[in-house]
Amino acid sequence: MKHDKIERNLGILLVLTMVAISAGGLVEIVPLFFIKETVEKVEGVRPYKPLELRGRDIYIREGCYLCHSQMIRPFRDEALRYGHYSLAAESKYDHPFQWGSKRTGPDLARVGGKYSNDWQTQHLIAPRSLVPQSVMPNYPWLAKNDLDYSDISLRLRALRKTGVPYSETQAEYDRNVEEFGADVAKYLHIPDAEKNLIEQAQQGNYDTNPDKLTEMDALVAYLQMLGTLVDFKKYDDDYFVKFR
Amino acid sequence: MAATGTAATVSSNEQYNYDIVRKFTIMTLVWGAIGMFVGVYIASELAFPVLNFDNPYITFGRLRPVHTGAVIFGFGGSALFATSYYVVQRTCQARLFSDGLANFTFWGWQAAIVFAALGNMFGYSQGREYAEMEWPIDLLILFVWVAYLTVFVGTLMKRKQPHIYVANWFYLAFILATALLHVFNNLAIPVELFSMKSYSLFAGVQDAMTQWWYGHNAVGFFLTAAFLGMMYYFVPKQAGRPVYSYRLSVIHFWAIIFLYMWAGSHHLHWTAIPDWTSTLAATFSIMLLLPSWGGMINGILTLSGAWDKLRTDPVMRFLIVALSFYGMSTFEGPMMSLKDVNALSHYTDWTVGHVHSGALGWVAMITFGSLYHLVPRLWNTPMHSLKMINVHFWLATIGILLYITAMWISGIMQGLMWRAFDDFGNLQYSFVESVAAAHPFYIMRAVGGAFFLAGMILMCYNMYKTIRKGSVEATAEQQIEGKLSANAA
Repeated sequence: MKHDKIERNLGILLVLTMVAISAGGLVEIVPLFFIKETVEKVEGVRPYKPLELRGRDIYIREGCYLCHSQMIRPFRDEALRYGHYSLAAESKYDHPFQWGSKRTGPDLARVGGKYSNDWQTQHLIAPRSLVPQSVMPNYPWLAKNDLDYSDISLRLRALRKTGVPYSETQAEYDRNVEEFGADVAKYLHIPDAEKNLIEQAQQGNYDTNPDKLTEMDALVAYLQMLGTLVDFKKYDDDYFVKFR
Repeated sequence: MAATGTAATVSSNEQYNYDIVRKFTIMTLVWGAIGMFVGVYIASELAFPVLNFDNPYITFGRLRPVHTGAVIFGFGGSALFATSYYVVQRTCQARLFSDGLANFTFWGWQAAIVFAALGNMFGYSQGREYAEMEWPIDLLILFVWVAYLTVFVGTLMKRKQPHIYVANWFYLAFILATALLHVFNNLAIPVELFSMKSYSLFAGVQDAMTQWWYGHNAVGFFLTAAFLGMMYYFVPKQAGRPVYSYRLSVIHFWAIIFLYMWAGSHHLHWTAIPDWTSTLAATFSIMLLLPSWGGMINGILTLSGAWDKLRTDPVMRFLIVALSFYGMSTFEGPMMSLKDVNALSHYTDWTVGHVHSGALGWVAMITFGSLYHLVPRLWNTPMHSLKMINVHFWLATIGILLYITAMWISGIMQGLMWRAFDDFGNLQYSFVESVAAAHPFYIMRAVGGAFFLAGMILMCYNMYKTIRKGSVEATAEQQIEGKLSANAA
């Protein structure tokens, strides 16, 4: 066919253009929903507890992902600096993913447990009081703002619609007990979401101010669980290679 | 086949809808100034964090999407609406399909940019780069885009020329691809009907692949294919010569729109995506060099036989330097998509520098050149000051050079510092040492940005004076058209 014909026929031009621009996505993305090896089979990964989820929402609200990655690459220096390389499974409940693309600050994929709650709170309020050369903004309002958890069950329900196994019914709850254990399943139950959120904040005392449930409680609760779910002692390094 | 198809005899306002082109042209200037100002401000925040002022609404994390939204969609988007509406009318010799729909695209698009910026400042974000707008804004954008497609295709259907000119293929591919990317990357479940918060439908690996398929092709189609469309009209017009090679434009059009869509996952090298997607993306990224350079060569060689214009015509200089930066960044891109190079460059300022050599060097420069060509024709008067165009050119060029040099140095330095070991096999530097080492280059980058912004503001002033002097009446326009046709002949 002479190209001249395409130039004279808008219909053909439209159709051929659509075909040309659709191919890449169809071949590279669509199979990832079906190939089972895309996400590793690994124990310990669970959906976020209500308080952690609110913390994650705040992480997104403040645009933390624009300076911090959450994706450790399989290099020797990154292993020493940050820990085991990130698995696909570790973000399988992340709607949206927060791998990031820039490290103006360090990677946070395994920041959980590395610093105390005190340190995290102080660092978020005034980063340069702990790390003088840091260029991170101060976030003093996090410690002042009461956490709004009025729509927490709606948030869990929205995530449930995307496929995250938060439980609404007794049967779903029982299924979660089987998959994640009773301790975790309790936190995934939507009808108890508000109660669980308050309880975790009181027990954890993340913002080191027991009188108030603040946005700082939620964000620190989220940071402190990042990268802590998988026990890498249980697996040989070779185990993960076969999924790559 | 070149731009000569636009007969210079047709000129009246009734013939073409220039009103909509004028509106989008003005907003291109406004968003350019605002978006670049925010860019300089957040660059300064990284150099001097005190500028965050402990104010949630202007912290780096919230202003960065305001910057990207205002420059990509406000400045770049308005420039594309303006030029595509102009080019499609001129090359089809037909009035825009629907004035009402075209007006809707104007007000709808401007509203989307404003809502997106305010939304980001107030903390509403989808947490996806360049797609931070929450779902109600996404819906508005979708409506605008369907209207845009309708107006554009409708005008093509009304064309009096049997051929569809090459610039229009690029604009058309850009409109279709943007629709596809926008829809699939923004699939999300809102928390409730009246909540601005939503959660992405996809998670983890699949979400990352979708996002960078979007992110990369926002560059590939919004910031490249569409601006190539702009190039294919304004470079031949300003040079007064036909496009260098018709055959080359055919080949590189199909190659570029096919290949770009495969390259997105080079943004995810060494992450938890499957290796085969990464390898495939790197392969296609390297192949992309060919059609990219095809476009550059076609543009630059259009000037053959008229090279003297580079000395005398500052508008031509903008266009040709834009093509040169396009060639440079489309060489740098494939290089950075090699896995070994990417291992060093990823997560560093090098990426930021690469983006800006494309965004400032290519997108902004080709836009400046095109607007300096366009505005005198829209308002029937010569530019207020040629000298200011010249000054703008040098401010912009020096600004870009400062910017990308700073980012090359700090980016490569960060990559090397992060992977440096001492004699005992321990990490040589703590992370914050790399932050401190970048400080002088962050200042240099902000200064480079300030140069570029100064040029942009000078352009706004020059345009303001020009437009004040001009008129939208047809009589003066006919005179200009007369001169133009004399030039072209």
